Amino acid sequence: MTQPRREILQKLTPVLTKRWLSPDAWKMEVYERLDGYAALRKALDVHPDDLIQLIKDSGLRGRGGAGFPTGLKWGFIPQGDGKPHYLVINADEGEPGTCKDLPLMTYDPHSLVEGAIIAAYAIRANRAFIYIRGEAVHAARRLRHAVAEAKAKGYLGTNILGSGFDLELVVHSGAGAYICGEETALLDSLEGFRGQPRLRPPFPAIAGLYASPTVVNNVGTIASVPYIVLGGPEWWKSMGTEKSSGPMIYSLSGRIANPGQYECGLGITLRELIELAGGMQPGHNLKFWTPGGSSTPLLTAEHIDTAMDFEGVAAAGSILGTTAMQIFSDQDCPVYATWRWLEFYHHESCGKCTPCREGNYWMVRTYRRILSGEGTHQDLDTLQDTADNIFGRSFCGLGDGAATPVMSTLKFFRQDYLDYIEGRTAPRLSAKALVGAH
Amino acid sequence: MTDTKLEFSPAASPLAERLLPAALEIIARYPEGRSRSALLPLLHLVQTEEGHVSPNGVAFCAEVLGINKAQVGAVATFYTMYKRRPTGEYLVSVCTNTLCNVLGGQEVYDQLSEHLGVGHDETTADGRITLEHAECLAACDYAPVVTVNYDFAVDQATPETAVGLVDKLRSGERPTPTRGARICSLKEMQTQLAGFDDLREGAVADGPAGAPTLRGVTLAQEHGVAVADFNPDTPITKTKPSPREEARTENRGKVATVVDKAASAVKAAAGKVEEVVERRSAKQATDNAGQPVTTGDVKDPETRTAETRNPDASTPDRTGTTDEKKPVATNPAEAAGAAANETAGDGKPAGDTERGESIVSREAADRKSGGTDPNPGWQNVPRGEKEEK
Repeated sequence: MTQPRREILQKLTPVLTKRWLSPDAWKMEVYERLDGYAALRKALDVHPDDLIQLIKDSGLRGRGGAGFPTGLKWGFIPQGDGKPHYLVINADEGEPGTCKDLPLMTYDPHSLVEGAIIAAYAIRANRAFIYIRGEAVHAARRLRHAVAEAKAKGYLGTNILGSGFDLELVVHSGAGAYICGEETALLDSLEGFRGQPRLRPPFPAIAGLYASPTVVNNVGTIASVPYIVLGGPEWWKSMGTEKSSGPMIYSLSGRIANPGQYECGLGITLRELIELAGGMQPGHNLKFWTPGGSSTPLLTAEHIDTAMDFEGVAAAGSILGTTAMQIFSDQDCPVYATWRWLEFYHHESCGKCTPCREGNYWMVRTYRRILSGEGTHQDLDTLQDTADNIFGRSFCGLGDGAATPVMSTLKFFRQDYLDYIEGRTAPRLSAKALVGAH
Repeated sequence: MTDTKLEFSPAASPLAERLLPAALEIIARYPEGRSRSALLPLLHLVQTEEGHVSPNGVAFCAEVLGINKAQVGAVATFYTMYKRRPTGEYLVSVCTNTLCNVLGGQEVYDQLSEHLGVGHDETTADGRITLEHAECLAACDYAPVVTVNYDFAVDQATPETAVGLVDKLRSGERPTPTRGARICSLKEMQTQLAGFDDLREGAVADGPAGAPTLRGVTLAQEHGVAVADFNPDTPITKTKPSPREEARTENRGKVATVVDKAASAVKAAAGKVEEVVERRSAKQATDNAGQPVTTGDVKDPETRTAETRNPDASTPDRTGTTDEKKPVATNPAEAAGAAANETAGDGKPAGDTERGESIVSREAADRKSGGTDPNPGWQNVPRGEKEEK
């Protein structure tokens, strides 16, 4: 394990993660001592339109994967339309590799609650929901506790701090469906239906929850809001790059010495992050990695100096996603890894769109055959063809997400596939696995 | 709906006897007329009694919400956390998604399965443990992970530590989870999934942050790295007074009680059309901040109508065409973000018909051609006034 150099350490930007060091920051009294709810007081003295402008000026972009400008999204909500508006926070963290929202909600839940109140005030919503992944039970406990504390303090409820603004905030637990991380599927799930994506348009900004204007934002996005309100847009932009401003929590996992959460300005490289994480594990050399969860095309060792911001990763042919960087070494097999991801996508496909439902079903079977040593050269064409037919042909991104590991491993690691097919690699699955699995 | 007498069928009434007050409390969390939103928590609630969702549980949910059993069944079978067979006292989940898998999660699962003599989603004969292999549990920095009743119980699990855990559980012990609340039974835990507080003394405080979670921020602290120039008093540019300031100057506080709101809701719905017309004609922009949420929500509760859900390709998308908030990028980050995102969503492509036509590009085209829809329905600032500014 190597010690990171000083200039690399300087790239850490503890903002959203800072309170995690205080063990009781999830309690109101501690949170308030650490600047807590100061942003809310400040925000309520400002007109909602000025708050939207503030967020626009900060250049804050969505932390859930796509990086859509948050202020712009808020600005889409039609005002004075006589309809109720809703704020829905997407806390359905389930993208393989992603583990940044769960600790945030567990160790600093009030920052999300405070951000939610400010965001709801800005878009004039009197009801907000936090749709939290069902499996995240401890984070949900802490969040519900935080909401109750906020209510008792008068930060939630009617006439918040004498502003005349009312807000009800409900923490709603999901029930174990990855697809509900997709915003329109999430809305359907929140309405009490199967979580299946909707065709857009209309976009949630016009017809979201209960067919009313709705903003759906990720946990990290909303939790960033209080800091921008306090520190101002110029301070926020002092971190990150010109087009990707602010800090980001990078979740490093896999074959590195010290996996964990590293909050740095957007635009840091994997090489620098690995240095922060104490280097690769002894005996392991970087082979492939996901820049932002398994739904983003894989990158390889040659991309180690790619700037990890929205533009940099896009230029490398992938997507920044959730900055969930799963790091695999030369001792890991990309074919096996892709198979396991496909089992996941196959299981989680909601079944609405035929390409995703059927395509994943068949790709999983093709992978099982290749990994049991019974693959043929034609299987590779079949995989490529199936992936091409899923990509872009489903309502939501799950289909694209399933196709990308297939396409990227076929592109970078075709030889690994051929090694199974031509018998140079020993089979990873027994013939038994071909029968009746799942 | 709370004061109407609900009649339950023989299938649903045993559950109704025990769960009705809690069910009504859940329904009350959601807006009037949106009780179906309570379905997911209600199904969790059913599991607090049954440990799984039985046909009786489906009947109870259907009857309390006034929907049919097929509608409930469709939802209950969609989500993995609703179990369709009786479960054990504890649910032990092993992550076998790719990252945990290559770091040993598969061996952990295989070993547990062999040791307990059960497969995925099966329960041991003594009724103690239901085993499952789970998809990513969002703790990859602790891979491989094992949870008990979804609380993180073993981090960096090995076959030995996992077997040790289940042996303890089977012998009646309740070992302390690494990063979750103290262990209770699966049924008891479901109360929290249904949205109720964990009333066990100290349970919310359980679960310290692990080293990987704190790794980055600890490094920063150890080396004295902090973000410079943070001034919490940085002023926010103001262009108009806030509602609170206005209220102060007018020396009147708008204190709307819940009772007021309920009473005004009926009135508001009735007078909504006039109110909207009035508001539009008003010379200044108004917003609904601070007004009761019930105002104007007169749409039928059943919102899933064909025209709102599946508009045809010729229906114009009005997203972003509000008059006042033209999506004009005010800085490079915003411009880049807008350009990189063709839809307003999370980077997920829209339907084929709209692909490639982004809100932003449409706006740009509109500007070029000299304006948007001359009279968007929700426009709240008359066009003339805006030009005066």
